[in-house]
Amino acid sequence: MTRVGAYLRSLAARCLHRHETEDDLAAELESHIQLRADDLVRSGLDRATAERQARVEFGGKARFADEARDAIAGSVVETLVRDVRFSVRQLRRAPSFTTTAIITLAVAIGANAVVFSAVNGFMLRPMNLPHEETLYTLERADRDATESYPNYVDLRDRNRAFDGLAAFTLDPGWVTIGRDGDAIRSWLFEVSGNYFDVVGVQPYLGRFFHAGDEHGANSVPYVVLTYSYWRNHFQGDHGVVGRTVLLNRHPFTIIGVAPPAFRGTVLIFAADLFVPLVDQEQIDGTSLLNDRANRWLTVLGHRKGVVTPAQAVADLNEIAAQLQLAYPKEDENFKVLLTHSTLGGDAFEDAVHAFLVALMLLAGLILLATCANLGSLFAARAADRSREVALRLALGAGSGRILRQLFTESVLIALVGGAAGLWGSVLVLSWLANWHPFPQFSIRLPIDPDPRVYVVALLLSIISGFVFGAVPVRQVLRTDPYQVVKSGSANPVGRRMSIRDLLLGVQIAICAVLVTFAIVAVRELSRSLHGNLGVDPHNVLLVDTDLRMAGYSQERISAMQQRMLAAIRAVPRVTSVGLVGVSPPMHVSWNETDLFAPDAVDLKPSKAAAHAIQYSVSPDYFHAAGTRLLAGRTFTVHDNTIGPRVAIVNELLARKLYGSGASAIDRVFKLPDGKRVQIVGIAEDGKYTANLGDATPLAIFFPLLQVPSNETWMVVRSPEDPQQLSAAIRGQLRALDSGLPSFIETWTRDMSGALFAPRVAAVSLGVLGLLGAIVAVTGIFGTAAYSLSKRLKELGIRTALGARRMDVIEAALGRAFGVLALGSLVGLVLGLLASRVLASIVYQASPRDPLVLIGAVVAMFMLGLVATWIPARRALAVDPLILLRAE
Amino acid sequence: MAAPAQLLPGTLDLLILKAVSLGPLHGYGILLRIAQISRGGLLVEQGALYPALFRLVRQGLLKAHWATSENNRKAKYYDLTALGRKRQQEETEGWKRLAAAIGFALAAQPEHA
Repeated sequence: MTRVGAYLRSLAARCLHRHETEDDLAAELESHIQLRADDLVRSGLDRATAERQARVEFGGKARFADEARDAIAGSVVETLVRDVRFSVRQLRRAPSFTTTAIITLAVAIGANAVVFSAVNGFMLRPMNLPHEETLYTLERADRDATESYPNYVDLRDRNRAFDGLAAFTLDPGWVTIGRDGDAIRSWLFEVSGNYFDVVGVQPYLGRFFHAGDEHGANSVPYVVLTYSYWRNHFQGDHGVVGRTVLLNRHPFTIIGVAPPAFRGTVLIFAADLFVPLVDQEQIDGTSLLNDRANRWLTVLGHRKGVVTPAQAVADLNEIAAQLQLAYPKEDENFKVLLTHSTLGGDAFEDAVHAFLVALMLLAGLILLATCANLGSLFAARAADRSREVALRLALGAGSGRILRQLFTESVLIALVGGAAGLWGSVLVLSWLANWHPFPQFSIRLPIDPDPRVYVVALLLSIISGFVFGAVPVRQVLRTDPYQVVKSGSANPVGRRMSIRDLLLGVQIAICAVLVTFAIVAVRELSRSLHGNLGVDPHNVLLVDTDLRMAGYSQERISAMQQRMLAAIRAVPRVTSVGLVGVSPPMHVSWNETDLFAPDAVDLKPSKAAAHAIQYSVSPDYFHAAGTRLLAGRTFTVHDNTIGPRVAIVNELLARKLYGSGASAIDRVFKLPDGKRVQIVGIAEDGKYTANLGDATPLAIFFPLLQVPSNETWMVVRSPEDPQQLSAAIRGQLRALDSGLPSFIETWTRDMSGALFAPRVAAVSLGVLGLLGAIVAVTGIFGTAAYSLSKRLKELGIRTALGARRMDVIEAALGRAFGVLALGSLVGLVLGLLASRVLASIVYQASPRDPLVLIGAVVAMFMLGLVATWIPARRALAVDPLILLRAE
Repeated sequence: MAAPAQLLPGTLDLLILKAVSLGPLHGYGILLRIAQISRGGLLVEQGALYPALFRLVRQGLLKAHWATSENNRKAKYYDLTALGRKRQQEETEGWKRLAAAIGFALAAQPEHA
């Protein structure tokens, strides 16, 4: 007890009166020496000699003081505090070194924190749903994660392995609040009745609908709002339950509000409302509920605890086999897998994960390059401080103590840099998490930082502190005090430089890899934007209207579409206007169809001759969209229900079906419904989806009059300012039907939605490349500046002896440039090898693109120039007279 | 006089406690007292004394205060605490037993073995 008490008292004294204790120790040792000197004086020495001898007898005062401090309570904390204070003093003395180190590290740690947040959000804590570990999404063996409604119902009712299976799909809709409110475009989660019970969420307000509410089609007149939709459109009104809204002009009663954290079961897509799937006919105007062949629903459910995943899959596949037997045409190749996917379950998720892992690796490389960078800075610093280190060693400080001091310094820098980087990354992340890149989509990025991110950033900081702090260790341990004191330098110059050169080389190689990736990414992005899209999206407005919602029956839609085309054609300065359904190329959604040989009898999907993206277009569409026809003709008004069935195919599809483009004209193929269709024209190839890795874009266009579309997108080409033009278009449409909702957007902006994923990929690679470049510049600059400072005298003498400017520059910077060239070469080769891997994941980019190669070489050269510019100017400005005087 | 013997590890603490038990002393005084009571047979390195003193203070065996020495210098005086006195007695007993045992062991003759 007393012992503990004494310890605590001592500790408290140390903490509260640090200076006193420190003075106390010094005073005590001094008094010892004086007392000893007194004795020596008494034995006949004079005072000065006595004191000197007393000090010599006492031995290494610094060491004993250190040991005494260690013996005092609280020494661990105390030593740490003292080391930190000493480090702060040392670092303050070298502000430019400290600032450079902290900024570089902040950038690297910040980049890692941002990327890790994304990994965390997408891969580590996907949805934050209850019992996520047993929540599975059904997926077909071909990695398509959709099912038809009849299949879903059979799987739901017959399986024994799940605590209920729920189904959902995403759909845009128009919501009218209040009697005279405008229709608001909103994102609907159309969900099965048991959806909330299966997922396991509780309402924030009111109640949810349940399986028991379903009594056949259009039987559940309820909607549930998401929390943020409730806040934004109902001002968080608690009396909202029981109110009626119009959803695509049909009345629905709000029965509840979902909890804030629950925005549906698709990771990057935030829903606005949850609506009953069984009301699809009311909401969408058409119903797929009885169509077994049409797969459009995501099915998910919790596996029962007593069932293993393998048993669950077997159970489902038993049902699938029965269904395949019963419906051979609709349920061909019916095999089911289970995934934990939250991104729609298809290959997209794999691509995202692979990409994130690649990004994490690249971010790790940046941190590694930064450590190499700081390591060589620390080595340089340790070399400059070799005199100080040698003196401390000579005064009796243990080398362990000096190493501890060095590590304290490096970890201190790492922590400060890490904190700064984390702070910056939190700013970036919160900006990104609240970023709504496209008003028409409800995309949300699940990357807000959480404690896991902070811990990782902290660990990375500490680890990097130890890594770059370890670089000068060998050098310090080798320090021979006598050599240093004698010659003023710890080691022969050449040897030390070569380690630093190696570090610089590694760093430059890593940065060259990053720069190469960045150039590949940017090039790919520009290609996707300016490459052959098959359309010309500039000066085009897309007008998305919804005739079904405006109350038009199937029969009246075609006539109305023609009137709308005529009305918009009448707007001044409109060059041409076309109509396309279901949606224009490069939109986020599209329709596909199978094509069969003209004599095909078996019309199962697996027997199809081709699988193409399908559009229904008006005759003027090709002109308005800027799609060239390579052969044949466009559609006319005579391509209607009375005339023979015709189609226009793109060149790739013509090749695929008939071997060559031109010979396809007038040839015939068969549709899945058995109708024979004649090809009348060949359109140029283009891009139709932004699907990653969509290598064979086949497309087929049908005349709108023969294949009518409910969804009406008008493509309006005009040099007019988009703002004024959309106002004019709105006016015309209102004159036709004042209740017709429309959403007008430039085509380029609409495409940005489809290009979102590749853009994010390209931008993040670009940013990492930029960060890599920054690290490379600071690294080269640091090395060049340091070696220059060591050789100023030599350069001064050279200048004095009449060396030319080029010679001086070569002497000063030749080495840095040599390392730069070699490192870049290695990095370039590595980058090319690795970007082939990268290309297979995300891009179709050819890394052997000469532009990429040249770009990378030029970029590295420019980086070298930038980084050595200031040192080179200093080298040239060397004034031998001043230098010699300074010595 | 023979050259001073090397201190066995761990014995410095006991010597300090013993020296101080004869009356409060400052650090230099402890050195002199040890030299005196060991009849010059033990020599403690001057600087090495202080880490040991601080350790004993931390363990609550010694207490310290500043006072003026006989030749008018300010010095820090150490004194035993109750715990220190107890510890000194225990360790003295222990040392005596150890010394006796080692003495017997080393004095052993072949016929007794």
